[in-house]
Amino acid sequence: MAQPATLKTIYDLITPINQKNAALAPETTFASDLELDSLTVMDLVAEIEDTFDIILPLNLLPELETIGQVADTVDKIVNES
Amino acid sequence: MDLFDKFDQVVALRSSLPFEKADPFKVVVDEVISETEAVIGGRRTILAGTNNYMGMTFHEESINAAKEALDQFGTGTTGSRVLNGTYEGHKKLEATIADFYGMEHCMVFSTGYQANLGMISALGGKDDYVIIDADSHASIYDGCSMGNATIVRFKHNDPENLERRLKRLPEDAGKLLVVEGIYSMLGDAAPLKELLEVGKKYGCMTLVDEAHSMGFTGETGRGVAEELGVEHLSDFFVGTFSKSVGTVGGFAVSNHPKFDVLRFVSRPYIFTASLPPSVVASATKSIEAIKRGSNRRAHLWENARQLHTGLKEAGFSMATKTAESPIIAVHLPDVMMGTRFWEHLLLEGVYANMAAPPATPSGMFLLRISVCAQHTSEQISEIIKRFKKTAKAVGLNS
Ligand SMILES: Cc1ncc(COP(=O)(O)O)c(C=O)c1O
Repeated sequence: MAQPATLKTIYDLITPINQKNAALAPETTFASDLELDSLTVMDLVAEIEDTFDIILPLNLLPELETIGQVADTVDKIVNES
Repeated sequence: MDLFDKFDQVVALRSSLPFEKADPFKVVVDEVISETEAVIGGRRTILAGTNNYMGMTFHEESINAAKEALDQFGTGTTGSRVLNGTYEGHKKLEATIADFYGMEHCMVFSTGYQANLGMISALGGKDDYVIIDADSHASIYDGCSMGNATIVRFKHNDPENLERRLKRLPEDAGKLLVVEGIYSMLGDAAPLKELLEVGKKYGCMTLVDEAHSMGFTGETGRGVAEELGVEHLSDFFVGTFSKSVGTVGGFAVSNHPKFDVLRFVSRPYIFTASLPPSVVASATKSIEAIKRGSNRRAHLWENARQLHTGLKEAGFSMATKTAESPIIAVHLPDVMMGTRFWEHLLLEGVYANMAAPPATPSGMFLLRISVCAQHTSEQISEIIKRFKKTAKAVGLNS
């Protein structure tokens, strides 16, 4: 499970673009709950990268469907580096 | 389960567009009158969206060379470059391009799309990184998908954003930075000096795709890197024959001493038939003509500036502040206006490209014009006039 601090940081990054006011939880999905288009997702990925000072490779993105999965991946990359 | 169900959304989107008399995805050119005019749907039409920047499609020497090659070598090679598909013409073309770029090695591929697939998928191995601009052409993205490297994306034309990402990569890993000279949708040029310098600072090998800049940018038409005097910072150039060269095919050039090994490991080079001898012969003649084509270059840039100035004065929202290339794009507010504008303009006798996501960045709708060195200034004035007339008819800029 992702660190609560990681989740909170990601929620904060999503809040300004959460135009549907969807509830933010680890299970929340980017495509069907938040309805983010691919370009907004791209900007969000860049912000997450800069906030955590990591790289989220493009190859990983198709598998990351929920906020929780992104947070887990961020934690994993942060711990490895 | 019908495998086509997943495309229902695409079908729904397409059928919601309000085309009445013409559909941009179903345009049929009935007759080609010249480099700049054709008959489309029975109407004489100015071609302003063909990528035929240097107007080489009817270059006399190229046509004659193609005819001779047809007679001498037949219609096709029926084989791969690494089997029976390399003729003396292919070798001569590679030598001509290497000479044009002042580089040691050249590989000719069957399309520019395959040149990018072949270079990126072969160079980016399992433990390597490929770093690409977010607005890269589909062939660059597909080259990434095909290879095994880790793909890192940076913000379009932003050297500072690129540097932040390069800093996070392992110092000793293999890295390939891929950028384009001119981006094909907005026609904006890349700050190649800054991008390539950052790339080199972090130990990247660098590849510049000059698909939309070869022919008319730089003193001899090699592209943006030549124009900016930064060719020494690029390890590979990729280009195409389907734009300024006026035919079909692609290439990569390099000074790397081991470059030729790619002929044995690059699948898009190996597992497809080579270009027909006639295409090879006309590409060779056209590239020779491009090298000495400074008059055409000068007129092309005049055309681009005239068009940009004219449309800007008419109140169109331009994609670039000045004419950075022969691609002049105007923003349209949404898909409905895009559709109506495009259709009306075609009925006025101007063919331009309607560009929509995902081909365009950030959800933009564009009407994209590419000018040709063979357009007369009268034709450019006529394009501007018909743009204004169309804007009035569809209620834009009012
Ligand atoms: C940047 C870029 N690279 C490569 C290509 C592919 O060129 P080709 O038509 O030769 O496949 C294109 C053309 O669409 C392009 O815009």
